[in-house]
Amino acid sequence: MSSAHNLETVLRFENVTLELGDGDSRVRPLDSVSLEIARSEFVGVVGPSGAGKSTLLAVAGALQSPDSGSVRVLDQELTEIAGSQGKMAKFRLRNIGFVFQSGNLIPALNAADQLRLVNRLAGGSSAFDPMPFLEAVGMAHKAKNLPRQLSGGERQRVGIARALVTSPGLLLVDEPTAALDRARSQQVVALLAEQSRTQGVAIMMVTHDHEVLGHCDRVLEMVDGRLGAFQPATT
Amino acid sequence: MFLAIRELRFARGRFGLMGAVVSLVALLIVLLSGLSSGLVNDGVSGLKSMPVTAFAFDAGTKTDNAFSRSVVEESQLEIWQAFPGVEAASPVGAGMTNATTEDGVQIDLSLFGIVPDSFMSPNVSEGSTISGLGGIVVSETAKSDGLELGSIITLDRLDTQLEVVGFTEGQATFGHVDMAYLNIDTWRLIASGAAQPGVPTQDQVDALDFDVASVIAIQASDAEGLDLAAGDLQATTTAVPLKESFNSSPGYEAETLTLSMIQMFLYAISALVVGAFFTVWTIQRQHELAVLRAVGASARYLLRDSLTQAAILLVSFTAIGVAAGVGLGSIMPDGMPFALEPTPVLTASLITIALGLIGAAIAVLRISRIEPISALGGQR
Repeated sequence: MSSAHNLETVLRFENVTLELGDGDSRVRPLDSVSLEIARSEFVGVVGPSGAGKSTLLAVAGALQSPDSGSVRVLDQELTEIAGSQGKMAKFRLRNIGFVFQSGNLIPALNAADQLRLVNRLAGGSSAFDPMPFLEAVGMAHKAKNLPRQLSGGERQRVGIARALVTSPGLLLVDEPTAALDRARSQQVVALLAEQSRTQGVAIMMVTHDHEVLGHCDRVLEMVDGRLGAFQPATT
Repeated sequence: MFLAIRELRFARGRFGLMGAVVSLVALLIVLLSGLSSGLVNDGVSGLKSMPVTAFAFDAGTKTDNAFSRSVVEESQLEIWQAFPGVEAASPVGAGMTNATTEDGVQIDLSLFGIVPDSFMSPNVSEGSTISGLGGIVVSETAKSDGLELGSIITLDRLDTQLEVVGFTEGQATFGHVDMAYLNIDTWRLIASGAAQPGVPTQDQVDALDFDVASVIAIQASDAEGLDLAAGDLQATTTAVPLKESFNSSPGYEAETLTLSMIQMFLYAISALVVGAFFTVWTIQRQHELAVLRAVGASARYLLRDSLTQAAILLVSFTAIGVAAGVGLGSIMPDGMPFALEPTPVLTASLITIALGLIGAAIAVLRISRIEPISALGGQR
């Protein structure tokens, strides 16, 4: 994409705080969060529901602005463009890939068209060929299938391919195994780890599924808005 | 358009149902438009074809049915004939009558008495124009009642006999009744009740002391420059331009207003139905749109895409509805006043599409309020 991809640090949070709600319902999903993720690094984030994991993804993905602190993705300080929805959208489109729960594919588009749409949104060439991306996730043989004709794992694979179309420096992954069985969960997360290594993309994955954490280079835990090292429970 | 077309194909059942409603509305609008034009033609096609700038009615005549209600005198005619800017002014006698053909067919005629060889003489497509006292030139549409050149009709009650000497060029009806142009002297015999059984004669006319007419037809070379108000003041008349005089045709205003109102309702229904559909459609796609916004699609891109979708739907299904309306219109029974004219049909189609697009635009505006953050977490 840009020369920024050569930077070692792809995502940097410095003392990031965000409060939501009013009065008694006021909560602090991000409380002085600092974090760095380097190129080719695969970081897992675990934590109980409501701990602030999704907010962490939203802020890292230029979907939400923090109240204070600094958020830098590649060479862009996100708080500097926080006032412009258009600039945020353009930055996301070119630099950040999203993998959502259940793939979140567009029902009307077949697997190849899911990728073509993102390429068009990013102003890519009309000669764009989605097949290499689908091949990379093992879905080339189902390029013409609609999402309803794919299994949960296959939808996630297409979702991963879609997120990589613009060769983003950062991939944000939201509960990728939420709708998958154990075997498929392992396959999907292994695929993400492989993409991280082969594409040089930095990945932050939020998950409840502790069984897939073995694929991560590093695991962090979020509790009440604070981010720290993951301490696996010992039995 | 990439997404728009694929979604149309994917949800063809839903869009097909919506399209069917749009087509039905377009079909109804075309039928109403045809009916409207047909009724207008039936009501005033005779007036429309007259080379008249304005008609002067007697002052104070009620607008509805003013042609047969008004009575003007020779002195008023003379004032208009001498009025500046008036090229010619001629008396016209108007009234409805019942008659019977030689074959015993009962017909209605709208009699228009005119001065032979005046500018009011109708153009004929067949036969000759009015010359004597017993000849009439009738609307071409009267042929469907079995009238032909040389046919004799007998007026009910009076038993006066008139002969068809010519047919007008195209339809010439007034108040949904075929017009019959006749000599104003003959009209005066009939209007005064002095007409005798058989063919009208010059002796009957000479003996008649009845020189009134219904209205004064005014012809001016410069219609804009003609000061009708000043003429009215002098002649004690109420003069109205030709187009306004249509309202004086029996039932014209009531019919056109009713049809216009139904047409307006259909336009409103079209906009509301399309708007409601796209509201539901956008709500159904809310999460999908949030995903696209999160990925980086701009609200403008998504709005343009949705409006393109609405435009494709509206244009294609309106075209189908119009085509069906035109097809249906061609098999309407003869008795139905129905005339499909390109301009009103095209105008109605464009209004249907434009209002539908406005309805859709208001509905899809909610896209700009969709928060991309809702694509994340458990907010599905």
